[in-house]
Amino acid sequence: MVTSILPLVMSDAVVKRRAKVLLGPVNLTISQTGFTIVMGPNGAGKTTLLRSLHGLERLAQGRAQWQTPLKDARRRQAFVFQSPIVLRRSVLENLTYPLRLRGTEKGRATALARDWAQRVGLGDALDNPAPQLSGGEKQKLALARALITQPDIVFLDEPCANLDGRATREIEDVLQASNAAGTRIVMATHNIGQAKRLALDVVFLLRGKIVEQSPAGAFFEEPKTPQAAALLRGDIVE
Amino acid sequence: MGDIWEGISAGFWLVVTLDPDLVEITLMSLRVTVTATFVASCFALPFGAWLAIRRFRYRRFVIAVLNALMGLPPVVVGLIVYLLLSRSGPFGVLGLLFTPTAMIIAQVIIITPLIASIAHQAIRDIWAEYHDLLISMSTSKRQRIATLIWDGRRALMTAALAGFGRAIGEVGAIMIVGGNIDHATRVLTTAIALETGKGDFSLALGLGFVLIALAVTVNILIHAIGRTERDGKW
Ligand SMILES: Nc1ncnc2c1ncn2[C@@H]1O[C@H](COP(=O)(O)OP(=O)(O)OP(=O)(O)O)[C@@H](O)[C@H]1O
Ligand SMILES: [Mg+2]
Repeated sequence: MVTSILPLVMSDAVVKRRAKVLLGPVNLTISQTGFTIVMGPNGAGKTTLLRSLHGLERLAQGRAQWQTPLKDARRRQAFVFQSPIVLRRSVLENLTYPLRLRGTEKGRATALARDWAQRVGLGDALDNPAPQLSGGEKQKLALARALITQPDIVFLDEPCANLDGRATREIEDVLQASNAAGTRIVMATHNIGQAKRLALDVVFLLRGKIVEQSPAGAFFEEPKTPQAAALLRGDIVE
Repeated sequence: MGDIWEGISAGFWLVVTLDPDLVEITLMSLRVTVTATFVASCFALPFGAWLAIRRFRYRRFVIAVLNALMGLPPVVVGLIVYLLLSRSGPFGVLGLLFTPTAMIIAQVIIITPLIASIAHQAIRDIWAEYHDLLISMSTSKRQRIATLIWDGRRALMTAALAGFGRAIGEVGAIMIVGGNIDHATRVLTTAIALETGKGDFSLALGLGFVLIALAVTVNILIHAIGRTERDGKW
């Protein structure tokens, strides 16, 4: 049994751009199992939080500590960006890319890629150039490419933002299957229905600060802040 | 008017019958410029890629110098190479002046900045696109460079072709360092200049057709590479 890179403990983390504080100070522990949904209005800092957990943002203050050495921890996580980044290669080559980086043998990488393309509904597009996919298809590809290495944790920044209802449900199934198979998920979304379907716990952000962190049931039944209540009602969050 | 038509048809005839002089000059041109393009690409492509990825103190300055070097007048490059290679110059003992090697050196100097600059822009664009993803996947420096070069391979080939196009049509520098010596350093452009001066338009025009054909071919290739990029082939 390989030891998990989790829990991740983030303490007093602050992200600044020039003098402006974008995030923090944040104290947050990402436990070994679970499905965390990050919510909050536009500009609240969801993307910045996910990026700092993943190690893409320089912390002006504080730290994020994994259970294994950073180099190992970095290799066992994945990130799906808000606007998907695809390599200028075929769908198949996009999917095999992270596997090949890890030295997976070509035949096996291709077999896995076919399987994952099927799961996200890109089975017929394997040889298509990825830059020509539609926005939603790119998101599906980015998601499959993140999950294909079976990371300990995956960060998802609004992965269903461009997807229609059916594709959204398909992706949710894929996510829940991965989650059940042991992949920890931290996901930002604006979709309240989706949050209710997936969340085990919710982190609610406002102006760069975590104002509420609760189990899903409690958050959706009795939000602690008026802003969270407003968001859940679909009102404007002041 | 009659002279010109006669020249054109005679020139055309020289091409069709593969006139030995014309073939020799064309082959010399290709030998010099293909070699120069290859050598320049060996420096310029990695350098351009490196410049796109590495952040260092004088990066902007280096890029500015590179762009300035692109505008170097070839005649001046020829003059400098001449001075360096001439008998009394620092590299005079090598005896390279008025040899194809001297012409290759001059062309390398002329096109290296051009190739490096185009390569830099292309790799910089891909790097900007891929940056977060490659960092997120915790790729090693080597893996990053390999990925950028592979996915930028069409742009890099375009850069090399642009260098070839510039070098094959250049006349000032290679005239100075090559000397346009018959059967030794005579190439398409210098021969055209000489024959025109002598009033022998048929050979000049024949060589001109070859030069135009080469230039057009290069541009068609660049265009074709752009197409495969858009169509996502290979
Ligand atoms: N590079 C940057 N420079 C300056 N400010 C930035 C930068 N990136 C983000 N910000 C600011 O940081 C704040 C948080 O941005 P972030 O992208 O994390 O929000 P978000 O919650 O993900 O919003 P959305 O729901 O629109 O995706 C915003 O006010 C944004 O304007
Ligand atoms: Mg965001």
